[in-house]
Amino acid sequence: MTQQEALFTYTQRLGDSSLILGHRISEWCGHGPKLEQDIALINISLDLIGQARNYLSYAGEVEGKGRDEDKLAYFRIEREFKNPLLVEYPNGDWGQTIMRSFFFDVFNYYLLNELVKSKDEQLAAIATKSLKEVTYHLRHDSDWVIRLGDGTEESHERMQNAIDELWMYTGELFDMDEVDQLLIEAGIAPDLSEIKTKWEAKVKEVFEEATLTYPSETWMQSGAKLKGIHSEEMGFILAEMQYLPRCYPDAKW
Amino acid sequence: MVTTRTHIAELLEQVSDPEIPVLTIMDMGVVRSIKEIDDAIHIDLTPTYSGCPAMQTIADEIKACLKANGYNKVEVNEVLTPAWTTDWLTKKGRQKLQEYGIAPPEESSVNKSLLQGEPKQVTCPHCKSKNTEMISQFGSTACKSLYKCNDCLEPFDYFKCI
Repeated sequence: MTQQEALFTYTQRLGDSSLILGHRISEWCGHGPKLEQDIALINISLDLIGQARNYLSYAGEVEGKGRDEDKLAYFRIEREFKNPLLVEYPNGDWGQTIMRSFFFDVFNYYLLNELVKSKDEQLAAIATKSLKEVTYHLRHDSDWVIRLGDGTEESHERMQNAIDELWMYTGELFDMDEVDQLLIEAGIAPDLSEIKTKWEAKVKEVFEEATLTYPSETWMQSGAKLKGIHSEEMGFILAEMQYLPRCYPDAKW
Repeated sequence: MVTTRTHIAELLEQVSDPEIPVLTIMDMGVVRSIKEIDDAIHIDLTPTYSGCPAMQTIADEIKACLKANGYNKVEVNEVLTPAWTTDWLTKKGRQKLQEYGIAPPEESSVNKSLLQGEPKQVTCPHCKSKNTEMISQFGSTACKSLYKCNDCLEPFDYFKCI
């Protein structure tokens, strides 16, 4: 594998994670529990899709075959998507949506903090821009985890259920393969095992304040990020997301 | 003598932000460079937020504005580095925001700690009271959050400091 091939794969992993989570969150548009929360989630979704656009546009450049961000987002098939299972997991209730975002934000926040130092200038530029936005996401979602965890009996129970539901998908965030290895050596990508330590500490800290129980060691499900083996949810997401450009490839606003 | 660059900078004062029309793109600090290369004008534009939906409209309006003034070859490029910060909002821009009813960013982004990014006090743009509270970190556009004044009871937008 060349460094260029590794960078192409790696950049898609970053872009697909933001794209699919952004798409999932956008499903709340018009359905938020309060107008302010509807607006907040859509803002976050917009940030994530904007970040995805930056990553995928760069991925297309790295690949050098003339594919732009739209070609990558709309004309790849399921197995070619490199997002982790966590972000494609359904929204569920408000608590589950927040918990899924919270797990991802903590990961994304520490990842971007390292990626801003990447020797790849464009990745560092995208990370610097994204970090400002993701800092707000993390604050928003941490606040909600604490408010609902340490809220009523029902909100606490729902948040704990969300943790139990999603926990087995958190391990995949830190999976690495030869792509990571090659880019770590080149000073382009951070070592995810170091980010895992920070992630665990932050999640523990927020759970403590939220009076939520941090799960014990368990088996983790993975396979999507590194191998493209997605859950059954992914096909439905792509069907909705890709329908229009596939039916009308040259459609314009 | 007025150089082409100065002339263009003056013309771009007429292009307003589509989401906050009271501000021009020069007030926002999103125009990062104006260059004349051969007979074409190259303009570097940076987004306020990654997903800012106004970028394309701004680029189109820049081209339209310059074309109307005789500049036919205009290239607008999007640049990410250095990342936009509210520190680039001009003094005039801050004044206009205030008059429009949007509280301008209170601090310099350098002073703010990343995880506790909200300023201690946001001044109500209507009655100037400092007795205000945040309702939501996210407002009607990516760059704003929602506040309420506890004295005059008016809700208002606050331009987030990033």
